[in-house]
Amino acid sequence: MKKLFKLIAPVAVLAVAFAAQSASAQTLKTVKDRGMLNCGSNGTLAGFGLPDAQGQWTGLDVDFCKAIAAAVLGDAKKVKFVPLSAKDRFTALQSGEVDILARNTTWTSSRDTSLGLNFVGVNYYDGQGFIVRKTLKVNSALELAGASVCVQQGTTTELNLSDYFRANNMQVKTVTFATANEAVKAYDAGRCDAYTTDASGLYAERLKLANSADHIVLPEIISKEPLGPAVRHGDDQWFDVAKWVLYAMINAEELNITQKNVDEMVKSTNPDVKRFVGTEGNYGEQLGLPKDWAVQIIKAVGNYGEVFDRNVGANSPLKIERGLNKLWNKGGIQYAPPVR
Amino acid sequence: MTMSEGDLAVMEIRFVRGAMLDSKPPPASMRGAIGWLRENLLSSPFNIALTVIIALLLAWIIPDLLRFLIFDAVWTGADRDACLEGVQHRAIGACWPFVWERWPYFVYGSYPGPDRWRVDVFFVMLAIGVVWLLWLHAPRRDIGAIYFFVVLPISAFILLTGWRAIGLEPVDTVLWGGILVTIVVSWVGIVVSLPLGIVLALGRRSHMPAVRLFSITFIEFVRGVPLVTVLFMASVMLPLFVPEQYSPDKLLRALVGIALFASAYMAEVVRAGLQAIPKGQFEGAMAVGLNYPQRMRLIILPQALKITIPNIVNTYIGLFKDTTLVFIVGIFDFLHTVEISRIDPKWATPVTSTTGYAVAAIFYLIFCYAMSRYARATEARLALSDRR
Repeated sequence: MKKLFKLIAPVAVLAVAFAAQSASAQTLKTVKDRGMLNCGSNGTLAGFGLPDAQGQWTGLDVDFCKAIAAAVLGDAKKVKFVPLSAKDRFTALQSGEVDILARNTTWTSSRDTSLGLNFVGVNYYDGQGFIVRKTLKVNSALELAGASVCVQQGTTTELNLSDYFRANNMQVKTVTFATANEAVKAYDAGRCDAYTTDASGLYAERLKLANSADHIVLPEIISKEPLGPAVRHGDDQWFDVAKWVLYAMINAEELNITQKNVDEMVKSTNPDVKRFVGTEGNYGEQLGLPKDWAVQIIKAVGNYGEVFDRNVGANSPLKIERGLNKLWNKGGIQYAPPVR
Repeated sequence: MTMSEGDLAVMEIRFVRGAMLDSKPPPASMRGAIGWLRENLLSSPFNIALTVIIALLLAWIIPDLLRFLIFDAVWTGADRDACLEGVQHRAIGACWPFVWERWPYFVYGSYPGPDRWRVDVFFVMLAIGVVWLLWLHAPRRDIGAIYFFVVLPISAFILLTGWRAIGLEPVDTVLWGGILVTIVVSWVGIVVSLPLGIVLALGRRSHMPAVRLFSITFIEFVRGVPLVTVLFMASVMLPLFVPEQYSPDKLLRALVGIALFASAYMAEVVRAGLQAIPKGQFEGAMAVGLNYPQRMRLIILPQALKITIPNIVNTYIGLFKDTTLVFIVGIFDFLHTVEISRIDPKWATPVTSTTGYAVAAIFYLIFCYAMSRYARATEARLALSDRR
């Protein structure tokens, strides 16, 4: 036994050392050397990460990974999407199987600290909402007293629901189902007055209803679900790159730089735009990226507003309201530090 | 010798019929449609009751099924509006345009568009190999076996993963999906598990302690853990111990996991067949001076495998359906591509999910039924020797 241990111990140490090395190595350099970004994404969530009929990945999170690939490698196509389930997403990031996790992950304190992640920012402010029939003539969740609500069981959704109504001293009857699919079916069949889940999901589920135009999503959002991409602890350079790719997309919307006009904007004399597109200063180099990193991002996927509209907003079948995800100067809370 | 008076009298009485009577048909109640009904459906009160119950069940299910799949179905359309009751103002059944649009995804997954012909070529090559091996009157089946077990795996590997030197762009297995993955995974599982299972079964019955211990440990260990765990370990835990650049491909890991898993089950199936061979067969084989490999190859295994055909096919069918579990490690098999497609907001309607699942059901039914029919035919053919 002792002999066996002697034999195995160095191997184990070596393996752990390798793992640690791969986990904390310079991700930016690794990605550049590999010529390919490994992006952990959902694969099963409409509007965030879902392959289309040709098998091409689409979605808000998917476009974020494409933006990083455009900034780092100059080609948005150089992304390998690794579909991850909710269970194995963090392990995949920790083990180095993916360079970045962009999988509608809620930013919470425990995940930020104990799981060894760094959240890059928030690319979608989500929260739990309600959908009701228009014929119910309800305009606010506070008018739902006495109503029955369909909900998927065993999720935080169920907990948020009871917390919210207890806090507001209201009685509602919750009807729980094992899967979201069953809950929506039951709501459509008229077993409940309302159905609740995360707002982004509500819009997707609404399309599955027999007459989606007969239902409205109520304005109240009863929980905070800030969704954002995450990277590993211990690699500040890569953390910066990911952060600034997200900020670049938001800043571009603020500066009115779009996929269409980006080539003209390169010639702009506005100092803010000049710094952004890289004709002034060396902000790209400071990040370890090419000078025109931000231009590459916008050319590949567009600014944050365009990405939002194309995947989940007005130009998509989901038609989700921008709401909190509007820019800070348009009534939302999407705000990015400036490039300078 | 002269005949007496009495003998002559007997000869006159004796009558032998020269021509046989035509045989009469069986009574009306025993032949034709009525006879078939009486014998197969209404032979006893219990069977009559069963027949009635099944007829009622069918009458209950089939009209709805036909209405959904055919009569109320939508056959053409561009997006979800075509399959919405509120838009079309009629009862809506299956949403087939959704399937037409998503079919390439069901077949190839994310395999790059310009290279999909490679998958088609693989399907054709595999079909040729299967027919060559399974069709008894096919010419040169020995070459067919070499083709199936040597040429096909190598060329399929080169074709599907790519090889720059001959102008085939490499395609990462993360892009594979749909029927391609289902076929590849079950094909590898089926082809690897039988030989490996036979070896393990023989190992378990071996008199050499090391071999026996290894076989028993392997079989019992693999049977003791669920397939999901094996896949999960291979895909999530392995990268924690082996650095990313040295860890094998995700699909390969799943393939190895499934092949080993199926082998353990196959070993027990084959062992049951070996157990059923009477001792006399072993002793007889020894008595004519055959050594161990010859005994097994010529006497024991042909009999043992014949007995176990139903169980082998049973394991194959189970394996074919178990391949759907690879989705938990992020590999998009056929069923999972259906799952993903039904989420697509472009086609989100109340009937989309049902349509997708109907397609999946038909797909698995066709493959599993084909396997079980072929096994029945083989059994019937081999059973001829028992009915001499």
